Amino acid sequence: MKHLLATEDLGYADAIRILDTAEEMAAVGDREVKKLPALRGRTVVNLFFEDSTRTRISFEAAAKRLSADVINFAAKGSSVSKGESLKDTAQTLAAMGADAVVIRHWASGAPHRLATTDWIDAAVINAGDGTHEHPTQALLDAFTMRRHWSKLAGTPSAGADLQGMRVAIAGDVLHSRVARSNVWLLRTLGAKVTLVAPPTLLPVGVEQWPCTISYDLDETLARGVDAIMMLRVQGERMNASFFPSTREYSRRWGFDDNRLRSLERLGLKDTIIMHPGPMNRGLEISSAAADSPRSTVLAQVRNGVSIRMAALYLLLSGDTREPATNSTKESH
Amino acid sequence: MASQQQDTGSTGAYLIRGASVLGGAAEDLLIRDGLIAARGEDLEADGATVIDGRGLIALPGMVDIHTHLREPGREDAETVETGTRAAALGGYTAVHAMANSTPVADTAGVVEQVLSLGRAAGWVDVRPVGAVTVGLAGEQLAELGAMADSRARVRVFSDDGVCVSDPVLMRRALEYVKAFDGVVAQHAQEPRLTAGAQMNEGVVSAVLGLTGWPAVAEESIIARDVLLAQHVGSRLHVCHVSTAGSVEIVRWAKSRGINVTAEVTPHHLWLTDELVRSYDPVYKVNPPLRTDADVQALRAALADGTIDVVGTDHAPHPSEHKECEWAQAAMGMTGLETALSVVQHTMIDTGLMDWAGFARVTSTTPAAIGRLADQGRPLEPGEPANVILVDPAARWTVDPSKMATMGRNSPFAGRELPGKVVATFFKGHPTVLNGELNTPYRWLPETADSEETAAAGRP
Repeated sequence: MKHLLATEDLGYADAIRILDTAEEMAAVGDREVKKLPALRGRTVVNLFFEDSTRTRISFEAAAKRLSADVINFAAKGSSVSKGESLKDTAQTLAAMGADAVVIRHWASGAPHRLATTDWIDAAVINAGDGTHEHPTQALLDAFTMRRHWSKLAGTPSAGADLQGMRVAIAGDVLHSRVARSNVWLLRTLGAKVTLVAPPTLLPVGVEQWPCTISYDLDETLARGVDAIMMLRVQGERMNASFFPSTREYSRRWGFDDNRLRSLERLGLKDTIIMHPGPMNRGLEISSAAADSPRSTVLAQVRNGVSIRMAALYLLLSGDTREPATNSTKESH
Repeated sequence: MASQQQDTGSTGAYLIRGASVLGGAAEDLLIRDGLIAARGEDLEADGATVIDGRGLIALPGMVDIHTHLREPGREDAETVETGTRAAALGGYTAVHAMANSTPVADTAGVVEQVLSLGRAAGWVDVRPVGAVTVGLAGEQLAELGAMADSRARVRVFSDDGVCVSDPVLMRRALEYVKAFDGVVAQHAQEPRLTAGAQMNEGVVSAVLGLTGWPAVAEESIIARDVLLAQHVGSRLHVCHVSTAGSVEIVRWAKSRGINVTAEVTPHHLWLTDELVRSYDPVYKVNPPLRTDADVQALRAALADGTIDVVGTDHAPHPSEHKECEWAQAAMGMTGLETALSVVQHTMIDTGLMDWAGFARVTSTTPAAIGRLADQGRPLEPGEPANVILVDPAARWTVDPSKMATMGRNSPFAGRELPGKVVATFFKGHPTVLNGELNTPYRWLPETADSEETAAAGRP
């Protein structure tokens, strides 16, 4: 693995390796001295073209726990007309000797451009690009699900996948890089995914994805789910006629108190409730759901640091083990 | 007079020996004084320069109905000089220069300037296209009549790059151009359905997370426009048709007798949105690359005449407009120097079309749409000598850095293509010989009296 750009072409062996490495990294977080010397002397640049305090500090914490030098580069509002081009920024970072670039960009595909052009030779980690992918988010979600799924099975997490787990992802799939990355990764790990959304917030072409589509959250819950992931909905979508009002959205597709109670009624005592954050409490998720014992929201944040440590470590540590399925792009 | 126009001191006479005319039997063609003087077997050289045409195909000079020469205003992207050099090398003897220059070609002054630049360059006929609306703003008709009456004698009007989306304005434009036998060339793109659009909307856009440009945004405008053209009895040309659904609508319109012509680009005859998975903006174009089903429908439509012409939509951009994020990149591809080869690859080598058909879609019909009397003519004695010689057996690998166009944004870079233009005769003068640029045609100094003569290029 030279870069981590997407989960779509992330093979099973690589995915498991990242998850297993993250388990080892998680143990570091439990120690009094939360630091490994693995990346001492290496430089990690957090290149953020879009605001995201949570993702940036998660990567920053991960890099620092591995003893890397961290440079934060906020290139907000960058455009060809207003400021420096991506190419110039990349070449500047290359000249400064960046070993890895963690890039968050509003434009889908920007990390691919960094990785496939000769602008910079560093390892590229996609920290979210437009409405394309957010692979470390999907990995930390899978990590969280795997721990839950293994615990239920009474087996260790390490080496396990998500075979047979039923996962529903509900909300604005159209604009969600989190949903895309999760669909591909969960497919690779053997989970069964259902996307639940108003038809206006599903992309044309979604029928080709390796998942089930539903317009009805209650019906999806009634069929049984082991994890329900709520996606953030932007209120401004309402103004573009994606749905009539936030109240209607909340009633039909939000995880409200009634649906929280329905899990008990449906006998789904082990179903977890996930959210990538930041949450719109009262819109796509109620406070009772977000704060319930089922909620994994804070575990996801915690696991995010472990996953990002694993990604940085595997890309930068000089680990030369050949990934088993790096080049086999699975069809879907 | 023709001999005075030559700057090489040659006799201006060329005898092409044994070329296959339109892919038919080998014959000789004698070119003298700007005309095809004779056609037949074993013609006398009579002092003419002899060109060995064995293995070559003689075709009428190609006419591009859709070219962006960028001048005036964006001389960093292309100039009339560089763009028409590319055209000559690509086998063209006439190009229609689209109106989206800076300033926009929406007045007689600008179209006459473009005409003059074209004549100063001398590589091909440069036929300015006039804007339909002032500044391409879609609000007010440009002075179509003034442009029609100008020295440029504009007959094709287009806001290309922008759709004339206002139905009333489109109706008025279609009606108005009837006064001077004009045609409105529509860039069919419903603007509200394509706000922020980055690529074809479908399976690939769903995965890539790029905003979709749905086929319906093209098809709904074409459907509206053919009905408007029927209603007001005018002539409509549809630029760069890109979807299978558009083909069906054009076919239906033609079956109803509606006066509509349609164009397809070489890149839409071959490339698909699968290429966008690379996020390389060299594949970003408007309308976007579609699916393989669309490609197959477009090829079939060009073969059966539903689509009338190939237009390059040659759109050079400076490299900085492509060396960036996909969403930031400019839309457009170069095409003048690859069009012949791509059409040969997609239409002729596939058996869908013969070279006579090639002449129809690249020369005869585009000249007729643009009302160019001297272009797209049969290769017969007495006709203007706009002739090209093509080696269909040649193969070459596309290297944008070696092209005459200033644009390096060829989506065919690195691909091996069949067919090479060996010679281009423009008004009897070889602008291209041995596959390389020769010298431009020299127009006589323009005077009010000589205008008709010069335009005709005849002694």
